[in-house]
Amino acid sequence: MKVRAQIGMVLNLDKCIGCHTCSITCKNVWTSREGVEYAWFNNVETKPGIGFPKEWENQEKWKGGWQLKNGKLKPRIGGKLRVFANLFANPEMPEIDDYYEPFDFDYQYLHTAKDSKHQPTARPRSLISGQRMEKIEWGPNWEEILGTEFEKRKKDKNFDEVVQKDIYGQFEKTFMMYLPRLCEHCLNPTCVASCPSGAIYKREEDGIVLIDQDKCRGWRMCVSGCPYKKIYYNWKSGKSEKCTFCYPRIEAGQPTTCSETCVGRIRYLGVLLYDADKIQAAASTPNEKDLYQAQLDIFLDPFDPEVQEAARKEGIAENWLKAAQRSPVYMMAMEWKVALPLHPEYRTLPMVWYVPPLSPIQTAVEAGHVGMNGEIPDLKSLRIPLRYLANMLTAGDEAPVVRALERMIAMRAFKRSQQVDGVEDVEVLKQVGLTPNQVEEMYRYMALANYEDRFVIPTSARAYAENAYDLKGECGFSFGNGCSGGDSKFNIFGGKTKGVRQVIPVEVKY
Amino acid sequence: MNFVDMLLYGIYPYIVSVVFFLGCAIRYDREQYTWKAQSSQMLSKKGFRIASNLFHIGIIMIFIGHFGGLVVPYEVWDFFGITLAQKQLIALGVGGFFGVICFVGLTMLVFRRLFNPRVRASSSVMDTLILLLIYWQLILGLITIAVSTGHMDGYVMKDLMSWSRNLLTFRPAEAVSFLSDMHWIYKAHVFWGITLFLLFPFSRLVHIWSVPIEYFARSYQIVRRRFKRAV
Repeated sequence: MKVRAQIGMVLNLDKCIGCHTCSITCKNVWTSREGVEYAWFNNVETKPGIGFPKEWENQEKWKGGWQLKNGKLKPRIGGKLRVFANLFANPEMPEIDDYYEPFDFDYQYLHTAKDSKHQPTARPRSLISGQRMEKIEWGPNWEEILGTEFEKRKKDKNFDEVVQKDIYGQFEKTFMMYLPRLCEHCLNPTCVASCPSGAIYKREEDGIVLIDQDKCRGWRMCVSGCPYKKIYYNWKSGKSEKCTFCYPRIEAGQPTTCSETCVGRIRYLGVLLYDADKIQAAASTPNEKDLYQAQLDIFLDPFDPEVQEAARKEGIAENWLKAAQRSPVYMMAMEWKVALPLHPEYRTLPMVWYVPPLSPIQTAVEAGHVGMNGEIPDLKSLRIPLRYLANMLTAGDEAPVVRALERMIAMRAFKRSQQVDGVEDVEVLKQVGLTPNQVEEMYRYMALANYEDRFVIPTSARAYAENAYDLKGECGFSFGNGCSGGDSKFNIFGGKTKGVRQVIPVEVKY
Repeated sequence: MNFVDMLLYGIYPYIVSVVFFLGCAIRYDREQYTWKAQSSQMLSKKGFRIASNLFHIGIIMIFIGHFGGLVVPYEVWDFFGITLAQKQLIALGVGGFFGVICFVGLTMLVFRRLFNPRVRASSSVMDTLILLLIYWQLILGLITIAVSTGHMDGYVMKDLMSWSRNLLTFRPAEAVSFLSDMHWIYKAHVFWGITLFLLFPFSRLVHIWSVPIEYFARSYQIVRRRFKRAV
């Protein structure tokens, strides 16, 4: 047993209101720079839809993640030889239009326009070429709240094997949910495996996956390797960039920016202990539907004295072991089993998990034909097809999704009986295999969701492993050789000087 | 001996090699953030795969050819029983073939760099300059093939080999003597070739040093430890 610790995340989709605060705060902190205008380390998609970038879930197209070939794990983009052979031109590289061409508007024109018959308008302009864009065809969130026609959105891979998917195009039958996405900080990341330079790495102490900006040579294989398309190529700096899990904040015991600012309080951060020796075997599980269980089996019980002993041997600090016992992520994923991984079939063993959303019972059925399964309505009558959620969260296995949804419904039924009727309906809990104590905890964590329960982040070992005196006069957080980049505007080592390109002002002609 | 010849073909190469090696070393050490291939593939994919592959395969083969011709001593060729004339024939045939492949790819890339609005706007002066310089150099090289067909005995080629051998063994005066009376097209090709090395450390060409051979040797997953173990 080789114990390692990771800060994992859970997003409770049942409470996501799709406000995009996470995306905006993340963008302001990390990607408000030239070259990554188009990049959203965190974005929120409305599902069903093809998402951002277009059809990211379609791995026949983008070849992300791993596949099992003769029992051996291999990146879907190919083995090392194929990756090497594609260095000159990566055939699975998305174009900027697969994301969207970043743009800004000629706002200044609203100030400078002379008197005219018509209202002046601020027209869009490309942030890459600086040229006029006549029509904006796509954006980071084009499908917001079921935008664009169903014909396009139904290419969503999660519709595979959903019976009669076309009926969900009808107004009465339609459904939607929000899916906030960020880097999964996988246990078995394909981006790391596909980087020819070896610039991407997983941090041992907290599991955060980062790109060494100095070592990255811009071969762009990671962009293809990542099945979640969460590595972005900075077209200005020529380096790939990705979600950093706000590691400077995590090290200080603070939640990531997206979690901190989530107004719906849907995000949870906590420590998970896992057995690093089992990663390879778990990711190589033959049947895709068993991958979810295989990943659960890697996680270790933080209360088990043997695990604790092994963890101490690996140098995991006491405060981390304590935090692991209070980890909301562990509770939701392991104890209550309400959180599920996103697309486990990619075999990357993702570490950002999701609580599936409940949805209203279809109105037609509500008229009196709701099938009841004891106290709990038949989940088949939920508006979001179970199969759709299962395709997204459990490689198509509906049972874990049903269990999670039923437990959430049972929690509501129990609390309702307790607080409205004044009786404790234990029957409904028995049906889903929970105890009243567990449900009270679930209620505390998922319904109340207090700050200190949502975020249990131990500070990193940095405080006592680093000599503060050595850091005196050091560079702050910067790219490249930030402290001695030279004072002149001219950079002898090529490249355009860093900075913000001003949108070229329009020439006003009358 | 002409002073200009001495300057360009006897002294200039040494200055350039100092700039080349020192420049690369300093850039690698001090400014590794700028060390990259700077691909623009994501900005415009149209025709890029064919163009970039043709160009790269062509130029790598040409590079290997020049290495074989200029750096490998001709005794080695002798040893394998290849005569001068045969060597020239190989050089013209193989070099010509890959030269044309490279030319097709590079022409596409040059057009893309100059006339694709996205690529053009994101190019630095050096990006465009180095591409045009390689293009120019390639065209000069292709013209030398035509000139060389006028003397297929391989002696001009031997003079060029002697030039580089003497340079590499620090005998600039002897080196230049082999080059002085050559057709101007060879001299131009040599001059611009040397100049490419001068600009090398300041351009995106540094990515050539970083051919990721080590990828084959490493395991798929990489884990780094930032802090010393607490216990």
